[in-house]
Amino acid sequence: MIAIFAFYLFATLTIASAVLVIFARNPVHSVLWLILAFFNAAGLMLILGAEFIAMLLVIVYVGAVAVLFLFIVMMLDIDFAALRSGFTRNLPFGLVVALVLLAEIIVAVSAWKAGPVTGGVQPAATNQPNIEAVGELLYTRYLFPFEIAGLILLVAMIGAIVLTHRSRGDVRGQKVWKQVDRRPEDAIRNLQPKVGEGVKL
Amino acid sequence: MTAWFQGTWLGEGGGWFLANLILILLIALPLMLAVAMIIYAERKIWAAIALRRGPNVVGPWGLLQSFADGLKVFLKETIIPSSANKGLFLIAPIITFTVALIVWAVVPFDVGVVLTDINVGLLYILAASSLGVYGVIIAGWASNSKYPFFSALRAAAQMVSYEVSIGFVLICVVLYAGTFNLTGIVMAQKGNIFGILNGYAFNPLLFPMAVVFLISSMAETFRTPFDLVEAESELVAGHQTEYSSMSFALFWLGEYANVILMCALNAILFWGGFLPPLNLDFLYGFTLFDHYFSLGWVWLILKMCFFFFVFGWVKATVPRYRYDQLMRLGWKIFLPLSLLFVVLISGWIMWTRYGVAA
Repeated sequence: MIAIFAFYLFATLTIASAVLVIFARNPVHSVLWLILAFFNAAGLMLILGAEFIAMLLVIVYVGAVAVLFLFIVMMLDIDFAALRSGFTRNLPFGLVVALVLLAEIIVAVSAWKAGPVTGGVQPAATNQPNIEAVGELLYTRYLFPFEIAGLILLVAMIGAIVLTHRSRGDVRGQKVWKQVDRRPEDAIRNLQPKVGEGVKL
Repeated sequence: MTAWFQGTWLGEGGGWFLANLILILLIALPLMLAVAMIIYAERKIWAAIALRRGPNVVGPWGLLQSFADGLKVFLKETIIPSSANKGLFLIAPIITFTVALIVWAVVPFDVGVVLTDINVGLLYILAASSLGVYGVIIAGWASNSKYPFFSALRAAAQMVSYEVSIGFVLICVVLYAGTFNLTGIVMAQKGNIFGILNGYAFNPLLFPMAVVFLISSMAETFRTPFDLVEAESELVAGHQTEYSSMSFALFWLGEYANVILMCALNAILFWGGFLPPLNLDFLYGFTLFDHYFSLGWVWLILKMCFFFFVFGWVKATVPRYRYDQLMRLGWKIFLPLSLLFVVLISGWIMWTRYGVAA
């Protein structure tokens, strides 16, 4: 009973917030609805018994990716009138995307009707924790794709660093170790200047 | 208790619901009381460090000060700025407060004394604590005011930066314990060193991570020296600038509930949680009139009090970081350090438990 109630709650909220992502007038509201959609999708995963995926969805998408989304969108200075005037111009492109998505949904549903794809893998035992099941598959059967994915991410990370990093010669950066190394003897001189002579720095 | 309620006229679903509601209130209400008391305690600690008296007027020794403050805040008018985004403005403190409470669902107070003993407990805590930043961001944006907005940007960057190193520290603990379940992590610490000391922090391999986690948890809860989010001299009161009355109080309660939670996490992950520091039988509990009384929760609360004292001590003595120094500490020191320890610890475990080198 509770599971069915929870499913319809999460499913309705996911769809409703996904619709509101599109229809919200303010982009910040759109991002917030998107976050709600992520969150409810995580709830659906929980009902399926995939608690590891659910938690990862919340940690990665809600906790990190969407924060950065929100970070950027909040700082945009948006002219709503100009945004709406571009509607007709972008309409064909939008229609193409919508058609592609529709086709994908149809393909996915018909594939699902045809039966589950097992790929020769035994489904995990029900009493085995999620994380162990995922780990066992990732580090044995799918080790190679897993490593490739890691490598791609590493390349992407290095690429991002290279693209954004620029060393400028005209600024004096703070060198913390130098400041920590500095002793009173290096910084202070005790002098007793005679009257009228002053101190040479 | 759930079974007893399910046996009554409520039936399975209703009994489950009512039993869990009572259990939730059993955690949440003492927590609220604890927040009131630790605010008082913290003010006393700061006062003692600054050679002042601290609150001493309301009630005996000023014990009722927090309740007086709460009453004052409760009776004030809620002011919503006319240019604010009204819905989000009101939701933001609710998010902060709720998120601070939901995490307590998985915190074990003793063996089996936990609301939900899920096997992804640590991930749940990580997920819920990463939601906490939304309260600050939404508050800052919805206020439609410059200082709260700056505060929101700072909060977002700071939270994301320190969550990375916290994640790696947690991975170290999980590798050592071999489970994500919090009760399991605590039990794995039993007799960790020579069978006598309970707690990962006594392990030289994990002690640096305990320190990193303590500092990161201060940054995660926006406490001094990392309270750039609400730096008074720069940003008035940060994201809370436009808030008044109960909406302000909710931020306040949520923040302190988070601080208590971080104290509990420090205790659970590195200092043995509900286990006594020494693995001696008489420290675990005592038998009185043929009934066994476990001292688990006493140990946990003692450890939390100790960490809370450390938090207050640091706040009273350490000056605030500059923002670039904060980012440097997070990305250039904690991240490589915790990454190095993930490698070291997993190597050590492969060597000792799986006998790779031998």
